Amino acid sequence: MSNSQLLFKADNVSKLFTIGTWLDRTEIAAVNNVSLSCSIEKPEIITVAGESGSGKTTLARLLLRMLEPSSGTIYFRDRDIHQQRGWESQMQFMSEVQPVFQNPFETFSPLKRVEDYLRETVINFRKAKKKPDVDNKMDESLRSVGLSLEEVRGRYPHQLSGGQLQRISVARALIPNPSLLIADEPVSMVDASLRMSIVNLFQDLKKEYDVTIVYITHDLATAYYISDRIAIMLRGSVVESGDVDKVLGSPLHPYSKLLRESVPLPTKDPNWTKKIELSVTEAKEYSKKGCKFTSRCPKVMDRCWAVEPPDYDTDGRLVRCYLYDDKPNDPSKTA
Amino acid sequence: MRSFFGILKDLLSRDGRFRFAFIALSALILFSLASYWSPHSPRFSFVVPPNMRPNLDYWFGTNSRGQDLFWMMTFATRNSLAFGLMTAALSRVISIFVGLTSGYKGGLYDRVLMAINDSFIVLPVLPILILLNFILRGQMNLFTLSLTMAFFGWAFDARLMRSQVLSLKEREFTNNAIFSGMKMHKITLKEHLPFVMPIVFSTWINNMMWAMGMEVTLSVLGLSNINIATIGTTIYWANQHQALISGVWWWLGAPVAISVLLFLSMYLTVISLNQHLDPRTRLQRIREATTDGT
Amino acid sequence: MALKIENLRAYYRSSEAGVATVVRAVDGVNLTIKENEIFGIAGESSCGKTTLIRTLSGTIKPPLEIVGGRVVYDIKEKEVDLFSLRSSEMRALRWKHVAYILQGSMSVLNPVRRVIKTFEDFTEAHERITDRKAFREKVNKHVLDLGLPIDVVTAYPHQLSGGMRQRVAIALATIFKPPVILADEPTTALDVVVQRGVLQLLKDIQRETGNTVVLVTHDMAVHANVADRVGIMYAGRIVEVGAVEDIFQRARHPYTQHLISSLPTIGDRTPRSALPGAPPSLANPPEGCRFHPRCEHAMDVCRREVPPMLEEENGHQTACFWANREAVS
Ligand SMILES: Nc1ncnc2c1ncn2[C@@H]1O[C@H](COP(=O)(O)OP(=O)(O)OP(=O)(O)O)[C@@H](O)[C@H]1O
Ligand SMILES: Nc1ncnc2c1ncn2[C@@H]1O[C@H](COP(=O)(O)OP(=O)(O)OP(=O)(O)O)[C@@H](O)[C@H]1O
Ligand code: SF4
Ligand code: SF4
Ligand SMILES: [Mg+2]
Ligand SMILES: [Mg+2]
Repeated sequence: MSNSQLLFKADNVSKLFTIGTWLDRTEIAAVNNVSLSCSIEKPEIITVAGESGSGKTTLARLLLRMLEPSSGTIYFRDRDIHQQRGWESQMQFMSEVQPVFQNPFETFSPLKRVEDYLRETVINFRKAKKKPDVDNKMDESLRSVGLSLEEVRGRYPHQLSGGQLQRISVARALIPNPSLLIADEPVSMVDASLRMSIVNLFQDLKKEYDVTIVYITHDLATAYYISDRIAIMLRGSVVESGDVDKVLGSPLHPYSKLLRESVPLPTKDPNWTKKIELSVTEAKEYSKKGCKFTSRCPKVMDRCWAVEPPDYDTDGRLVRCYLYDDKPNDPSKTA
Repeated sequence: MRSFFGILKDLLSRDGRFRFAFIALSALILFSLASYWSPHSPRFSFVVPPNMRPNLDYWFGTNSRGQDLFWMMTFATRNSLAFGLMTAALSRVISIFVGLTSGYKGGLYDRVLMAINDSFIVLPVLPILILLNFILRGQMNLFTLSLTMAFFGWAFDARLMRSQVLSLKEREFTNNAIFSGMKMHKITLKEHLPFVMPIVFSTWINNMMWAMGMEVTLSVLGLSNINIATIGTTIYWANQHQALISGVWWWLGAPVAISVLLFLSMYLTVISLNQHLDPRTRLQRIREATTDGT
Repeated sequence: MALKIENLRAYYRSSEAGVATVVRAVDGVNLTIKENEIFGIAGESSCGKTTLIRTLSGTIKPPLEIVGGRVVYDIKEKEVDLFSLRSSEMRALRWKHVAYILQGSMSVLNPVRRVIKTFEDFTEAHERITDRKAFREKVNKHVLDLGLPIDVVTAYPHQLSGGMRQRVAIALATIFKPPVILADEPTTALDVVVQRGVLQLLKDIQRETGNTVVLVTHDMAVHANVADRVGIMYAGRIVEVGAVEDIFQRARHPYTQHLISSLPTIGDRTPRSALPGAPPSLANPPEGCRFHPRCEHAMDVCRREVPPMLEEENGHQTACFWANREAVS
């Protein structure tokens, strides 16, 4: 697919960080050769899942232009987002791509009224000028998330519940009419009973407003519930990606399998109590030369230690694991 | 706004030192305001009998130039306080500007500003001021002196504010403001400044003390405009007339007592404010409020 | 019986700007927790779970106050009323009998000291270590018994991954194998793989030493896999208690039913809705049944009277006029 038909495309993107004290410095690839894209015609909800410290937030910050990649390119509608400079291009970018943050209690300054952020957004993105029009616009966006200006007006963050704040955060992000929302763990701080209201909201946004959503989470149950595609990350690499029914229904990569069977089900699951191996330190796994899963993988082979496996196109998805090497694959697709 | 009146109330109720400082400062401010009702202008001399001990008519006594020290001191306190306030306000403006923008922008801008900032921190202020006074002799009034002092007094506090902004910048609401299309000056003023205000308040007093102390030093050395009544110039005149030797001790006593009271109460305000704003005692208060011990 | 809670009421009394507020965080809780069981407590954020478990551990400091009721521990066949203990006895109880794993307890590890040092500091806060070598061996054995890699003992906390830190914190709290473990959200903020590892550890400890675990989390799926019995808390009260199968398959209280039916599962995309409305303020809770403003079955009586806790069978108890309508009429 040519770039012009793509809404966004991350092309072999990496981000390196230097960690440790000056005595023992190491470089880790928090995002390691990640490719991800979505077409314009078909809005999707794409989940990025993986354990903590696997680089999900770093990827989100790259897509939001808050970080520069160390290598690789991110295109939004054909344009390299990190090549653009200046305030105008920043506003242009932000009118298309908007974030939803993780902690709703931190998204709004405790010293300000919540509606101030909505008003700023309406005015700065030139959606309205006169006071009644601005209020209308704010009310309209709040109504699209099931709230209203009356409920919100004059309130400070501590006077609203986490679920309400998170919906206001989405309402704010919707004001510029973005075509892409990047939501980094938007429900992890929200109560389980309010979680579904946020997740359902995302689904409505996709259907009614044609918004594509990158949904970052480690809650695989909600990921399955709303998303079309999923990318599983492990220590910076996307180890398996594809259709959510396939990846979560019958995971192929040993790490995806582990992740999938670690999701506790609402019914007692004897498998769940089967012993598992946990990583001892993050940094060690990051600095591995070969596959990052070697020390925990039940299927580890000799070749896994030396070089990181490439992506193998297997059963309609990409899997970064040598187990799928001998499967028939089309080299043009794995490149 | 909870921050200001809330802190004031909290401090008044739980800190004895602050209570003392608050009462003393309020009294001194009232005292200085009394200057507006003074029967004599501070410019004229020999309006009252000279060299009178403190008595019921002249509470602080009179000096050898025939001035009523009580009313003189109301002017002196007013001018010294105004000088301190103005210097602190001006230097606060500079340090807020440098601290907030440098912390927010980072990069080259930050490095250049911080290099300038650090040279101001290590600059020896007193010799420079003395030099300036020699050059500008006569033209140096309280206002220009205040401008000069403000120019030298912002650097350290700018660094304090910058470090606060560095952590505010990492908080999610800053990103939310950016994606709301807010420009840098709006983010610093509307999002960050309210959090920096506590530092502004506490450094404000510190800076006032420093400025007023400097003024006394310069005046005692005879390097300021001696025709304006301040705490410093009062001491200067007392020395000129050898007040102690001629037994007019109250001429020196009045400015010394008032400045001791003033500095002591400002000092107490600073330490109790600092303790209040210190993260450790803050944590303790939060702990007290949430009872989360082991 | 390991511990019994009778009509417990614990309030936060505070005054801000001269206005006194009373937060009725635990308001009339009755529970009996058996020996050798994992008892789960579920409920949405700020319903009083932490307050309840903090009260059980005896860490009661202003503004938290015990307003009424009793907590009775069974220590060596003897009933001990927690609130009648002197402070030294209370400390001894917390040290030898009850381990309390705080919410966010990863931070109990001192960041600038090796893990083994934190173990020593922790122990020395209660008693002197006479034989350091023997103590270290004991720690090593405990860590190995729990299936943790032995390197963690000499590591600094920041070198460990989040999940490993949490497991070390649990190991620390259980080194003297206390008969009762109170764990407050030990896995919230951890991802599913790590969560599984941490909970397995907790379960292993429970199985090995046969102690009682009170596990607080709002994640219902965790309860399904870990707990033997579950108590559902809503706005400061327990509204339903039962064996884990009863709660998940035959939930009777409308709130519990909603909690369970709104859980998404992989392989099932039938739409699920969130509970309407917001949780009530505990400073000013609704009269009668506290769930009535959000309850689809609410009746007049629910707005006036507090529903009594009635037992159906197999120890399955519910406090709801609608669920118990046959028993009441
Ligand atoms: N600015 C930074 N400097 C150095 N290292 C960083 C920086 N940001 C992230 N890292 C490291 O990169 C790795 C990936 O971090 P990231 O926050 O992207 O993970 P994550 O998947 O979002 O985790 P979580 O689920 O805990 O949010 C971590 O090991 C982290 O310590
Ligand atoms: N120190 C305190 N002073 C006043 N009120 C408090 C205090 N600590 C907690 N509360 C209030 O008591 C109620 C119960 O809080 P608690 O921490 O027990 O809830 P929780 O169920 O553990 O919630 P979470 O799931 O968020 O941890 C809440 O309304 C809370 O705001
Ligand atoms: S590449 Fe090797 S170590 Fe990595 S997941 Fe596949 S089999 Fe396991
Ligand atoms: S008692 Fe009434 S209001 Fe409460 S849960 Fe039952 S039916 Fe609903
Ligand atoms: Mg993250
Ligand atoms: Mg809690």
